Amino acid sequence: MLNQRVSSAKFIEIKNLSKRFNSNWIIKNLSLTINEGEIVVVQGPSGIGKSTLLRCLTYLTPFEKGYIRVGSLQLEAGMDDRKHHGTILGVRQQLGFVFQSFNLFPHLSVIDNLTIGPIKVLGQTRERARKRAMALLRRIGLKHKADEYPMALSGGQQQRVAIGRALALRPKGILFDEPTSNLDPVMKGEIVDVMEDFAQDGLTMIIVTHEPAVIERMAARIVEFGPHCSIVSERILPKLLFNTPESPKENGILPELDRAAMAQAETAKA
Amino acid sequence: MSRIKLSLITIAGLGLFGLPSHANEAWNRVIQTGELRWGADSAGGAPYVFPDERDPSKMIGFEAELMNAIAAKLDVKAKLVDVAWDQLVPALMRDNFDMAFNGLEITETRLREIAFTDPYYIFSEQITVRKGDGRFHKFKDLRGHRVGTMSASLARLLMEQDGKIEIVDYPGPVEIYKDLEVGRIDAAFIDVPMAVFYAGPNPKLENVSEPVGESVYAAGIRKDSPLLLLKINEAIKELVQSGEIKKIYQKWNLWDKRQEKLKNPEKLESLKHSAPISVWQYFPFLLKGAGVTILISSLSMALAMILGFALCAAKLYGHRPLRFLANAYIELIRGTPLLIQLYLIYYGLPNIGIEINAFAAAVMGIGLNYAAYEAEIYRAGLLAVPKGQDEAARSIGMTGRQSLFHIVLPQAFRTIIPPSTNDFIALFKDSSLVSIITVVELTKMYSQAATASLRFLELGLMTAALYFAMSYPLAVWSRHLERKRQYA
Ligand SMILES: Nc1ncnc2c1ncn2[C@@H]1O[C@H](COP(=O)(O)OP(=O)(O)OP(=O)(O)O)[C@@H](O)[C@H]1O
Ligand SMILES: [Mg+2]
Repeated sequence: MLNQRVSSAKFIEIKNLSKRFNSNWIIKNLSLTINEGEIVVVQGPSGIGKSTLLRCLTYLTPFEKGYIRVGSLQLEAGMDDRKHHGTILGVRQQLGFVFQSFNLFPHLSVIDNLTIGPIKVLGQTRERARKRAMALLRRIGLKHKADEYPMALSGGQQQRVAIGRALALRPKGILFDEPTSNLDPVMKGEIVDVMEDFAQDGLTMIIVTHEPAVIERMAARIVEFGPHCSIVSERILPKLLFNTPESPKENGILPELDRAAMAQAETAKA
Repeated sequence: MSRIKLSLITIAGLGLFGLPSHANEAWNRVIQTGELRWGADSAGGAPYVFPDERDPSKMIGFEAELMNAIAAKLDVKAKLVDVAWDQLVPALMRDNFDMAFNGLEITETRLREIAFTDPYYIFSEQITVRKGDGRFHKFKDLRGHRVGTMSASLARLLMEQDGKIEIVDYPGPVEIYKDLEVGRIDAAFIDVPMAVFYAGPNPKLENVSEPVGESVYAAGIRKDSPLLLLKINEAIKELVQSGEIKKIYQKWNLWDKRQEKLKNPEKLESLKHSAPISVWQYFPFLLKGAGVTILISSLSMALAMILGFALCAAKLYGHRPLRFLANAYIELIRGTPLLIQLYLIYYGLPNIGIEINAFAAAVMGIGLNYAAYEAEIYRAGLLAVPKGQDEAARSIGMTGRQSLFHIVLPQAFRTIIPPSTNDFIALFKDSSLVSIITVVELTKMYSQAATASLRFLELGLMTAALYFAMSYPLAVWSRHLERKRQYA
C-alpha cells in the first residue's frame, strides 16, 4: 500500500516555459508546480511534447522562454551546457531520468551501469559506489545479475536496472518517460512494483504514462496536456487523499477535481 | 669475357655453315622491322639518357647518342623502350626490347641470364662532398660517415665490402645530391658520369679524389640472339676505331685516358659482382626490412589514430571554422596521392628551410595521410551509436566529454575496429612507398636483393610471405575483437 508523505514545500516550479523545434512551438507558456514527494502522471496525445517537457526539466534539451526551478537551482532559457554546467549538473543530480527504451550502457556490466555516475560525476571511490549500487540491486531484486551485461537481461530487468542507475546519484525526484510501454504485461507489473516501492521513500515522481496499473496504484495527480502542452485537465485521485494524514483534505471524499474547481476552492479559502 | 668470345666464334661458325639461326633471334626481327628496340630508364637518367629540357619528347644523353650511332651503322632506327632501371634485365628477358643499354655492368649473376656485348664505356666511382668540406680525400675517408649511393651499383658493393661505411640508398642521383647539399648525408659515392653531370656544375658541391674502382658498361642481349650480339659488337668496334665514340664522350665531359682501353676489349678485366649461391642468404636482410616496416607502420598508425580522432572531433563537435578546416584537410589529403605527399615532406620542405630525417618524414607522411581516412571511420562509428546513449550519460550528470570517452567511444569501437584494421593492413602495404625517400624497409630490401641476384621470383615470394605473415594476424585479431564486442 502506498504510504505517501506529501509536504507542501515546492520542489519543481515551471514558469512560462516555451520550447520550439525550428519554427514549431511544442510547449507554449506552460506553468506547473510540483511539491516535494508528489507523484504526478502526465498524459496527452502522442507527439504533443510530453517527452520534450521531461527533457527540458533536466536541460537535456534547451528551451527558449521561461524558467524551471528545481529546489534552489534555476534553469533559464538559453543557458550554455558548458558555462552553466554546475547548475545543470545540480539539477540532473536531483532529478533522475528513466527512458522508454531503457538506454542502458551495453558495454558496461549491470553494476558498472550503476556505479559509473557516482564514480565519474560525484568522484566517489569505487568501493563506496559499489556498496550503494549493490544495495539498490538487492532492492530491485537483481543482485544476482550484477556482473551480467544488459543484453543478457529481459526488458523488465533492464528497465529495473535503468531505475537503479537513475537512483544511484541519490536524486530527490525521478522522471519516467513511458517506462512500461516497451514491456509485456508481466514485466510492466515488475516495474510498477519497483516504482511503488521507491515512491514510499518520498521520492518525487513525474511519470509520463498511460499504464492503468500506475494510475490505480500510485498516481496522486494526473495532468493532461492538449496542444502546445496546454493543461486540459488536472485530477487528483482519491488514494492520495485516503492515505496521507497530513493532507489538508483528509476526510473529504473527492473522486475527481478539475483544475477550475481546485482554483475555486483555493480562492474560496483565501 | 672469354665465354662471350667463345660463343661468338661458335655463332660465326654456324653462320658460315649456313645452319638455320635460332627462331627467336632478335636480329631477324630488327632487319624485318628496321627498328632496334633498346631498353633504358629515362627518369632521372642524365647524362645517360634523359628527356631534353626544351623538348621532353626528345631523348638526349651520351647513351642515346651512342645508340643512334650504333643503329646508323646497322642501317636501322633506334627506338627507346622506357623501363624502370632495376627491371632492365627481366624486361629484356621478357622480350620487351632487343637490348638493355643503360649503364649495365657485367656481373656473374647477370651472365647466368643474359649475354653482354663488348664494353662501350669504362667507368669508376666518384666521391662528392660539400664544397670546402676538407675531411675527404680518398675512399677510406668515407669510413664512419653517412654516404649516399644507389642500390645494386659498383659503388655500393665497394662500400659494402669495406664494411665500415654507413650506406644510404637513393632512387637516383638528384635526390642524393639534394640531401648532400642540406647535410642529411656527408658524401656521395656514385658512378663518374652522374657525378660529372650533376655535381660538377653545382657550386655547393665538389668532386674530390681520383675516381675509385673500375668497371665497364656493356649492352645486355638475350642469349637466344647471338647474331644481334655479333652485329652490335661490330658496330661498337667501328665507333671506337673511327673515334666517333670519343667525340660523343668528349661532348659530355666523359672522355678520359682509360677509355683508350676500349680498343682492346679482350684485355679488359671487368669487375664482377659475386652473387650468393642461395636465396636464403638474403632472408636475414628481408627480416631486417620487415622490422623497419613494422616500426614505421605502427608509429604512423599511432599518429594517424591520434590525429584522425582530433579531426573527427573537430568535424563533429567543433565550431564552424574548425569544422571547415578539418573538412578541407580530409578532402585535400584524400584527393592527392600519398607518393606526392611523401615527396613534398622529404624533398619539398627543405626548400623552405624545414629538414626532417627520412624516417620521421616516412612516419609523418603516412600518418598524416591515413589520419584523414581514420577520421571518417571514427565519425561513422560515433554516429552509429544511438543518440539515447549520450542522452542517458548526460542524464546522470556526465559532461559531453565524459559521455564521449566513457559511453559513446567504447561502443563506437565495435563499428570502428573492422574498417580501421583494414586500413592498418593497407597502411602496412603502403609503407613500401617510403623507399623513395631512402628508407630501407621490406620492399626496398627486396628490390635491392632481387636486383643484385636477379632472383625476382623466389625473393618476391619470400617478401610476399613476410607481408602476409605480418598482416594476417592483424585481421585475425580484428575479428576476435569484433566478436568480443558483441556484448554477451
Ligand atoms: N529533436 C527534435 N527536432 C525536431 N522536432 C522534434 C525533436 N524532438 C521532438 N520533436 C517534435 O516535437 C514534438 C513533441 O515530441 P515529443 O517526443 O515530446 O512528444 P511526446 O508527447 O513525447 O509523444 P509520444 O507520446 O509519441 O512519445 C513532436 O511533434 C516531435 O516531432
Ligand atoms: Mg514521448
